Amino acid sequence: MAKTVIQVEQVGKLYRLGQVGAGTLAQDMSRMIARMRGQEDPTLKLGETNDRTAKSNSDYAWALRDVSFEVKEGEVLGIVGRNGAGKSTLLKLLSRVTLPTEGNIRMRGRMASLLEVGTGFHPELTGRENVFLNGAIMGMRKYEIKKLFDEIVDFAGVERYIDTPVKRYSSGMYVRLAFAVAAHLSPEIMIIDEVLAVGDAEFQRKCLGKMEDAAGNGRTVLFVSHNMAAVRRLCQRSLLLEKGGLRMEGPTGDVVNEYLRGGAATGTFGIIPDAYPRNSYNKDCIRLTSIHAYNQEAASTTVFKYHEALKLVIDADVLKPCDDVVLNISLMNDNDERLSLTSTMDRQENQKISVQPGRIRFEAILEQRLLPGIYTVCVDIMNDKGYAYDSVQGFGQVSVESFGEHGEKYPWARPIGWVNIPATINVQML
Amino acid sequence: MSKNDEYWDIEIGPKPRLFSLGLREVWNYRDLLLLLVRRDVVAMYKQTILGPIWFFIQPLLTTVVFTLIFGNLAKLSTNGIPPFLFYLSGQILWLFFAENVQKTSGTFVGNATLFGKVYFPRLVVPMAAIAAGSLKLVIQFLVFIVALFIYGYASYINWTAALFPLWIIIAGMIALGAGILISSLTTRYRDLMFLVGVGLQLLMYVSPVIWPLSQTSGWSKYLLLSNPMTPLIEAFRFGFTGQGVFNWLYLAYSFAFGFLLLIAAMWNFQRVEKRFMDTV
Repeated sequence: MAKTVIQVEQVGKLYRLGQVGAGTLAQDMSRMIARMRGQEDPTLKLGETNDRTAKSNSDYAWALRDVSFEVKEGEVLGIVGRNGAGKSTLLKLLSRVTLPTEGNIRMRGRMASLLEVGTGFHPELTGRENVFLNGAIMGMRKYEIKKLFDEIVDFAGVERYIDTPVKRYSSGMYVRLAFAVAAHLSPEIMIIDEVLAVGDAEFQRKCLGKMEDAAGNGRTVLFVSHNMAAVRRLCQRSLLLEKGGLRMEGPTGDVVNEYLRGGAATGTFGIIPDAYPRNSYNKDCIRLTSIHAYNQEAASTTVFKYHEALKLVIDADVLKPCDDVVLNISLMNDNDERLSLTSTMDRQENQKISVQPGRIRFEAILEQRLLPGIYTVCVDIMNDKGYAYDSVQGFGQVSVESFGEHGEKYPWARPIGWVNIPATINVQML
Repeated sequence: MSKNDEYWDIEIGPKPRLFSLGLREVWNYRDLLLLLVRRDVVAMYKQTILGPIWFFIQPLLTTVVFTLIFGNLAKLSTNGIPPFLFYLSGQILWLFFAENVQKTSGTFVGNATLFGKVYFPRLVVPMAAIAAGSLKLVIQFLVFIVALFIYGYASYINWTAALFPLWIIIAGMIALGAGILISSLTTRYRDLMFLVGVGLQLLMYVSPVIWPLSQTSGWSKYLLLSNPMTPLIEAFRFGFTGQGVFNWLYLAYSFAFGFLLLIAAMWNFQRVEKRFMDTV
């Protein structure tokens, strides 16, 4: 069994709200007196969670409370959560930038954090000088940096500029170099906070690959990101933080689904409110009024088994006669990428529909082949040139379970990809 | 479970360790210390034409001003040394002290963004600043030696001049101690930052930079002696010009002051560094 390299025990962090300044001296005094008498800190109000939307009369807030978990050697642990859930605070504690108010953290091995790329780069110094400086900041010895120097420059692809001050670098080059330093030089434990947002697609792929390598080499990685696809790809196990507490810990697929369900759910099926944001080119022809989802037993639901057909019933009001109406239904993943398209244009005949003023209903049965996860339904009514009469995105979400109709389990620990394409695979010994 | 399973490299709890100066950690990061010194020295004069020559110009200009005002207009006593030499000899150590207090007192506030992202022993930063300052001092010292020869004072150099490095070390200790003490206090109360600049200027008038210790008596002598930099500046002047007060007792006071201040400041610093991000 791999040994535990990080152990976090009931860690909490308290922050003072509002201004630090006048009044702090008085509070410092009252706290000092209480401590001398052996009383509890009078400025702490216990038991309050960190809800930034709710008003509270306490001047203090727990950014993190009662969080415990362990990380094994060689593991890539994902940390997800909404803004303000306490992710950054947790990383700050782990990277020893500040101390927890309560609880303990223990670690084996050296640890480096890549919280924000390029911190510690001095603009006046050249790339070469900065590589050494940055490596040293992360606790590496000079000879260790020297050994990896060529590899770093090669990975960053800034060979030509290595003796130019980094203030002349493009922001992309800057980030590449900084990431290369961190990825190569960071010691046993590596903390990465949302760094993939920068850099071009090719470089992002390289980074992800490098991180997978790092884990393969027995290095432990803590990965914080809002990019669920990256978390899914990199991490076997993840933590979900919410309002400063640990809401869930488990296999990444489950945690990400929970996060998406609890988090940015833009709505369930039903009647579409007038205020719902729509995208339309010609407003006064057709207007979508409701979308409903049913399973095969005709029960209204949003949860589907693996490979279970999804039935959508879409109602719309027709305001003006039209003879070129096309219906498109798309399923999107959690990165808002369109995974599938189902259209009346697919039909052999009646590809375009003629409608008269009144109410119209579409019933679509989707033989979905999606892998377990959460998907968003997107409905577009348009003419055959592609100009939308009405279009509603993200109004309903469906989740696909990891077991099929007859209880058969999705065979992998986490979804690999988005869609299953049915195929016959013949095997022959040659 | 084997013994190895119980061993943790890093333990983080709500309370920092009570008795630690954090020196072992600094040793682990010695390469960083060297690189920071290099950065301070190199980055300072990048994109300037005169480069390190600016190191000379600064004390020379102040000395010229002092010579004109205090020597020629106010006609203050300089113990018979040419005023230019007298003021320059005072400036060398004083500038080193004052600049380093100023620089290190901004350690936390000035490096907040870097400190907020990564951990390394914070003490490395002020230590590197002092080391870079010492390099600058050595260059300025060469200017002083040249001036000594020009004025024909080279023959006055006596054996105590060899102790000069010791005075630098003591002055560095006092500067580092004062600087990091102030910097740990400024994380909470910024008021001190304004005080430092004014305070250092006033303190210069309570030092033998402008008037020799031998010309004072009574309370003004004790006032001057209370400044731990006074014995160092006097001893330096004595070593190179033969004029000044060289007194082991006074020097012991400087050393004791610097040593105790530094220990206390480092102890306080390593407590503050763990938590300053929350208050800075």
